[in-house]
Amino acid sequence: MAPDLMTTAGTGNAPGEAPARRSTMGRFARWDVLVTALLIVVFLAGAVGSPDFANAGNLSFALGDLGEIALIALAMTLLVVAAEVDLSVASVLGLSSALLGALWDAGWAIETIIPVVVLIGAVCGLVNGLLVTRLGLPSLAVTIGTLALYRGLAYVVLGDRAVAEFPQRYTDLATGDVPGTPIPYPVALFVLLAIVTGVVLHATGVGRSLFAIGAQEEAAFFAGIRVKRVKLALFVVSGTMAAFAGVVYTLRYGSARADNGFGVELAVIAAVLLGGVDFDGGKGTLGGVIAGVLLIGLLRNLLMLNDVATEIQSIVTGLLLIVSVLTPRLAAVLRQRRRAPVSHTPRSSTEERSR
Amino acid sequence: MPSARKGRVKVKDPGEAGAPQGPASGAAPPVLALRRVSKSFGAVRALREVSLELFAGEAHALAGENGAGKSTLVKTLSGVHRPDEGEILLDGAPVEFGGPAAAQDAGVAVIYQEPTLFPDLSVAENIFMGRQPRARFGRIDRRAMRSEAVELFRRLGVALDPGRPARGLSIADQQLVEIAKALSREARVLVMDEPTAALSGNEVARLFNVVKALRRQGCAVLFISHRLDEIFELCQRVTTLRDGSWVASEPISGLTPGDLVRRMVGRDLDTLYPKQETVPGEVALTVSRLTREGVFTDVSFEVRKGEIVALAGLVGAGRSEVARAIFGIDRWDAGSVEVGGRRLPAGSPAAAMASGLALVPEDRRQQGLVMDLSIERNIGLTGLRSVRRGPVISRAAERDRARDWAARLQLKFTRLGDAVNVLSGGNQQKVVLAKWLATDPAVLIVDEPTRGIDIGTKAEVHRLLSELAGRGIAVLMISSDLPEVLGMADRVLVMHEGRLTAEIPRERATEESVMSAATGRDPGAAA
Repeated sequence: MAPDLMTTAGTGNAPGEAPARRSTMGRFARWDVLVTALLIVVFLAGAVGSPDFANAGNLSFALGDLGEIALIALAMTLLVVAAEVDLSVASVLGLSSALLGALWDAGWAIETIIPVVVLIGAVCGLVNGLLVTRLGLPSLAVTIGTLALYRGLAYVVLGDRAVAEFPQRYTDLATGDVPGTPIPYPVALFVLLAIVTGVVLHATGVGRSLFAIGAQEEAAFFAGIRVKRVKLALFVVSGTMAAFAGVVYTLRYGSARADNGFGVELAVIAAVLLGGVDFDGGKGTLGGVIAGVLLIGLLRNLLMLNDVATEIQSIVTGLLLIVSVLTPRLAAVLRQRRRAPVSHTPRSSTEERSR
Repeated sequence: MPSARKGRVKVKDPGEAGAPQGPASGAAPPVLALRRVSKSFGAVRALREVSLELFAGEAHALAGENGAGKSTLVKTLSGVHRPDEGEILLDGAPVEFGGPAAAQDAGVAVIYQEPTLFPDLSVAENIFMGRQPRARFGRIDRRAMRSEAVELFRRLGVALDPGRPARGLSIADQQLVEIAKALSREARVLVMDEPTAALSGNEVARLFNVVKALRRQGCAVLFISHRLDEIFELCQRVTTLRDGSWVASEPISGLTPGDLVRRMVGRDLDTLYPKQETVPGEVALTVSRLTREGVFTDVSFEVRKGEIVALAGLVGAGRSEVARAIFGIDRWDAGSVEVGGRRLPAGSPAAAMASGLALVPEDRRQQGLVMDLSIERNIGLTGLRSVRRGPVISRAAERDRARDWAARLQLKFTRLGDAVNVLSGGNQQKVVLAKWLATDPAVLIVDEPTRGIDIGTKAEVHRLLSELAGRGIAVLMISSDLPEVLGMADRVLVMHEGRLTAEIPRERATEESVMSAATGRDPGAAA
């Protein structure tokens, strides 16, 4: 019975490992699949119910309209998996837009403005990150604070003016399609960044660390993961991405305003949670989030096509947010009920501490 | 309110309960008995025709490895589970417990390892929760409540202020509150499920005195513990379970610890402490004058390659805190730590890991493991840099590493993809060990490596530590289990109130020498 340390044998007793992978993946995948199925249903319903829906022009527009939400959702996914959240993203977007306008107004070259604005977004994220990691404040509270702070700064920078008339070459980039396809440039960019994010989250050490931090921060720290550094980096990425989304937004609408992207953070978080990422951290897939983003985008587009008031759109977003948090919990409770008698079997040994 | 009146405590004169009745007297039927009880969960038979008799005035041990069915038995006694077959007898008459409340009304109380009290209520309020003595107009009679609580503690022979809030009570005191609560309900059978696992030496002694007081008053106590010495010290009879089946019920006096282990494990355990003799090599870990204000002071020691050094002392002496500081979890204020001659920066677990340190922490559920993640991912967590190809993790390498270490440590699991929270405590501990051994450490710090794990796995962990030392790893072992310290260590360092008070070589290490240094009675023993 002695553990045989000396041999390097690795035969192991792991019968049926393949099904295991399927079933653990399956637990998450089910939600993903559900969202994807819902996506298809919404798409078909849209195609049947609204003649203007299922054509390349409208879909291209719908996707482009999603650009900012989708970009920010990528960074937000990483944060929420690590059990943090950044509610200041829409304000960073607005600040970035206001700065872009103000600097353009002041005669700066757009090639200089864009990197500067993105850098300032990174600084905004850094401030969030430092408050959370150095002072140990909860990110929900910190970023509600900076949500107000950064939006306020945006108004300080630009007031309630609007700056327009950006160089056509750049606005074309934000609105135009990749030559020969109906795919808008922002969407192409999103696909590229989504691939990078997916690889980081699901196939690198950093991604593994994020799940560990989200599921049990103390154990992650005891395993030598630089928890604070990782979190700080996530906030910086989030701020950077939000500022970049601000640039795209401004160029796409051709208008820099301090109130740009107002309330976008809710749509982003709804999409992330709808995509099956657990708000308590440690669970989720990027595939799910992308499905969540698309679902929200299609719904918004459909509501718009059917002339539904923006208030209703907001109600729909809010309901989706609640449903997406509620459903998995409800499912878990039901699952547990069904399994309850079995879970008391031998492994509930006397030494288990939680009772 | 009739129900409230019913809940009032009738304080019995201790003498009234009569002399303790052992099974030998034969006159009275057992207070509580299980007769050929079976219980299955789906395809798993947790209990198979198990019988157990508890007599008034006895402390009865329930022994068995993890998974032997002890918990299921406790839950059957306490009305959580209903037996599929067999019957429960109360004073010789068959009863059916419809639920935990029914069992409580029949006088069966369970004291858990970590009780859950209402932290903001007073001790007395916790005892009488839901059954408060009433004065006129249905008001709660605080004075009566307080005096009754005082009387309960007097009967238990302990001093605890009934008026203080439960928040801040030690686990040992919380257990006492639970016992007082049971007594106030006139419980006749107390089931203590591993009550000592989180207690220090003094607290265990006090609990044992309470158990003796309970016996004198005619209670039957069912005592569950992984520590054999406690069973032998406290109990008169023992019932052993193995794989859900009844093995034996017998008087303790005729048994040796070896006999009991054989009944539990079903075979001879060659030895619980398979310590290999090794020749210590060069110094691997040097701790010099390490101080963390208010926690520990001026701690200096060395651990050589191939050596197992135990860090003994009472709970709260600062042992785990020293380990945490060495590994960089907490910062230190003064002193230094060197691994292989290189100084470590303070407060960096990553740097400690890179230098060849590994820490198997005290609390495996919070610190050792990410409970929701799979076995594979948990083992992989320490090797995120070693299993990658370019920037991307190689799934195959990750799985091979986990499978390899799971096999080496004889981990019992169904699938590597299963979350670690479905494993037994012993197997969880193996995952923590695997996770750290996979980093190929030069210095391994283990904090309470066998706490709460069954005796078979315990022997495996000991053999493992011994083999690791044999391969030249320096092992620093923190343990509150004195036989483990004496059985495994080449040297014993003893801490008392944040200071190192003694260094005792294996030949001179005895329970007395270690305990006297741990309680600060013998500062002269310091090396």
